[in-house]
Amino acid sequence: MERSLSHIALFTALIAVLGLVPRIDLAAGVPITAQSLGIMLCGTILGARRGALAVLLFLLLVALGLPLLAGGRGGLGVFASPTVGFLLGFPVAAFVAGLIMERTTLAPFWAATAGAVIGGIGVLYLFGITGMAIMLGKSFSEASVLALAFLPGDVLKAVLAGLVTQAVARARPASLLARG
Amino acid sequence: MLTLTSPVETRLHRLPAGGKLAVLCLFSAGLFLLRSPVWLALCLAVVALLHLTGGRDLAWRGLGALRILWPFVVIVTLWHGWTGALVEGTAIILRMLAAVAAANLVTMTTRLSDMIDVLSRVMRPIAPVLPPRRLALAVALVIRFVPVLSARVGQIVDAHRARSPRRRPGWRVLAPAALAALDDADRVAEALRARGGAG
Repeated sequence: MERSLSHIALFTALIAVLGLVPRIDLAAGVPITAQSLGIMLCGTILGARRGALAVLLFLLLVALGLPLLAGGRGGLGVFASPTVGFLLGFPVAAFVAGLIMERTTLAPFWAATAGAVIGGIGVLYLFGITGMAIMLGKSFSEASVLALAFLPGDVLKAVLAGLVTQAVARARPASLLARG
Repeated sequence: MLTLTSPVETRLHRLPAGGKLAVLCLFSAGLFLLRSPVWLALCLAVVALLHLTGGRDLAWRGLGALRILWPFVVIVTLWHGWTGALVEGTAIILRMLAAVAAANLVTMTTRLSDMIDVLSRVMRPIAPVLPPRRLALAVALVIRFVPVLSARVGQIVDAHRARSPRRRPGWRVLAPAALAALDDADRVAEALRARGGAG
């Protein structure tokens, strides 16, 4: 019980800290932050249930008015902006990534990368694009064009999530709760 | 850690937090029912006026918080300029600005402690599933550990710079940062257990 609680809280803090890490600009000038990588890691390291809870706790703190989103954003305004779908998709993305990590017997790198791609990109974009379509009054296919700009960065982050999960599996096998 | 609440006390700060949140919900829902740009512009004007009652500082902060929306304003403007559906495009932009500005206004004029009071009231029905004490402990741990982990990542970056000719370690900080979070989590769990558990 204490272990679950402290892991959830510490990974919520990790999501926030990864949003503060200086961002890397891709060639096209599209800024990527490590924040969505934090969402993926919650699932692939903590597993489905704890990972989703860590992300929910993160969203709760953002809604309460703490500037924890990348770029020091936060508050209720972000839940009214066109990107709200991505925020609502975060916990589901972590859950799906964790589920794939838990239910497959692949090596940690491959399981985590697959989980990050399916959860952190597939599921997340489904939510995010639906949100943008509703908020901007566009069709799903029209809105999906807007999300394409972030795809290269997110594929890179999914591979990084796989590498980090693999490093954790090697250094602290007992701490990889998704495979506990 | 700083919150997004405006430090300048305004009349809006003194209104009950629950009431502000309820009005915000109704206002946002109303924005989605309105189609006419005239009405939406009126809504935006009301939000702007409410900002101004809080003084110039609050209004500037409110305006600054809207900056993140500029890519969407540009995209919608270009899109509807191209398709010719200008009335619809104007409505979408006005609705977006009014909804985000109103929500930001509530965040800026409500203290974190008041927000937490409302939260604990809303969460009371699910107390058997999620004891309030446990949630409070988790929230406190996150608020405490964001600066701790942030400093830890800073140390990892410095250590990398001391060893490597490259200036920015980039993705190389990620695995040590995740391990640091896991180690801290284990230590916190031990400390909690030693003090009688998380309740």
